[in-house]
Amino acid sequence: MQYALLFYNPPLSQLPEPQRVSVVAEMLEEMRVWLGELERAGVFRSTLRLAPTESATSLRRDGAELIVSDGPFAETKEILGGLAILDCADLDQALAFAKRCPLAKIGTVEVRPEFAAAR
Amino acid sequence: MAERDALEAVVRGEAGLVLAALIARFGDFDLAEDALQDAVQAALERWPKDGVPARPAAWLTVAARRRVVDRLRHAAMRADKADALRTSEELRRAEQASAEDDDVPDERLRLLFTCCHPALAPEARVALTLRTLGGLSTEAVARAFLLPVTTLAKRLERAKGKIRDARIPYRVPPAAEWAERLGSVLAVVYLIFNEGYSATEAEPAARRALCEEAIRLARLLAALAPREGEAHALLALLLLHDARRDARFAADGGFVPLDEQDRKRWRREEIGAGVTALRAAAACAERGPYQVQAAIAAAHVLAPSGAATPWGTIAALYGELEALAPSPVVRVNRAVAVGRARGPEAGLALLAELEPVDGAARLADYQPYHAARADLLRRAGRAAEAAHAYRAALALCRGAPERRFLAGRLAQLEP
Repeated sequence: MQYALLFYNPPLSQLPEPQRVSVVAEMLEEMRVWLGELERAGVFRSTLRLAPTESATSLRRDGAELIVSDGPFAETKEILGGLAILDCADLDQALAFAKRCPLAKIGTVEVRPEFAAAR
Repeated sequence: MAERDALEAVVRGEAGLVLAALIARFGDFDLAEDALQDAVQAALERWPKDGVPARPAAWLTVAARRRVVDRLRHAAMRADKADALRTSEELRRAEQASAEDDDVPDERLRLLFTCCHPALAPEARVALTLRTLGGLSTEAVARAFLLPVTTLAKRLERAKGKIRDARIPYRVPPAAEWAERLGSVLAVVYLIFNEGYSATEAEPAARRALCEEAIRLARLLAALAPREGEAHALLALLLLHDARRDARFAADGGFVPLDEQDRKRWRREEIGAGVTALRAAAACAERGPYQVQAAIAAAHVLAPSGAATPWGTIAALYGELEALAPSPVVRVNRAVAVGRARGPEAGLALLAELEPVDGAARLADYQPYHAARADLLRRAGRAAEAAHAYRAALALCRGAPERRFLAGRLAQLEP
């Protein structure tokens, strides 16, 4: 079954500049190691790192019209920063990999199974 | 009617075992539950005529498996799907092959770990454990937790849905996860007991049933995981608490502290069983927080009289417990024990240390803190301060038995 690991982190823009560069570099290196581990275990499907919400565009329905707008920039402590798709035997296996994800140290990792049609 | 009650008791006693085996076999909680319900219905019709079978669990399992096959076949015929029909045929053959072999494998440990999986909400773990491994109906569980039946039913549905949709595995966890997962199972059983043992006056019969279920589950866990000291220790702790159940409340319904309880009303047999379980725990490799708590409970009940309570030993055990699992409630209990062992001022000093640690704002709302402080101040002869603390404790008190007790102590202080 496929599981999505959704990474919610504090926005990096909140970190002061010199620190940000080293934190990001370190995290990317740790993520590369972790993704390699997934690959070797044969559970890796794909991953996507998302650009900051400043680059987001939202579509919203207003009556009959679809409104395109900049944002949203809701003031939240954590934003969706990226995701990974894993193919695992069960939730325990997905959780075991999620627990080793370096992003779990700085934010929340949400583990969601793919939608399964009713039996 | 008495005969039916006796039959229902047999069925209830076997239901967890049968259900666990059915889930292991079919991988589906709802299907297994429906089939078991049908089998129970059949048993209650057949057994009065044919007599109770020598092995009721095997009888129920075979009957339930047959129901599963029937259900699947009906579903397949309605859907008219070749592959579904083939599945049901496979099941039927498996069913015939195993008709002779009617051994019921004990899969209850798998069921227990799955029901207490940390991916489920704590209240869902409690409900699911009671519903699948306990002998209580959904109505009885709802009554004990003072919840509407529909709320509890929804909670159970959601939990079973998550097990299915997120694919929570039905297994005993591997070594790497064992300790954490066992902790979750122990916590669920302890929670069930405490819900039943809590000092409220609502639904006494339903809450009594919770205590009995918790002890049954603890006994089951100790039998299924005999090398786990904490499983034996939890059983010991529950038995040693439960043995005092008739002495906990005075005639007016007020709470009676442990060292003032009427020891003639304690159940010696249950104390003996508790001490035996505590010895089994002590024989295991590790000494965890449940074992220390059981040792504290044993020190209380084994003292020849309330006045002879070994407060020094108890204070030291609370110190050990605080090192293993620090929490405000452990600190409060330790302060009370130290106060009795070395004088109230020593206890008050320990309580005072709690303030900066826990944050004064939250501590002000912490009822056990005020109740313990009131008792220590009273013993120190600081009557005015004690009365003030009793009033603070009373204002935060939720249960009627404790309110009566605190009000009684306060009345003794005020002329």
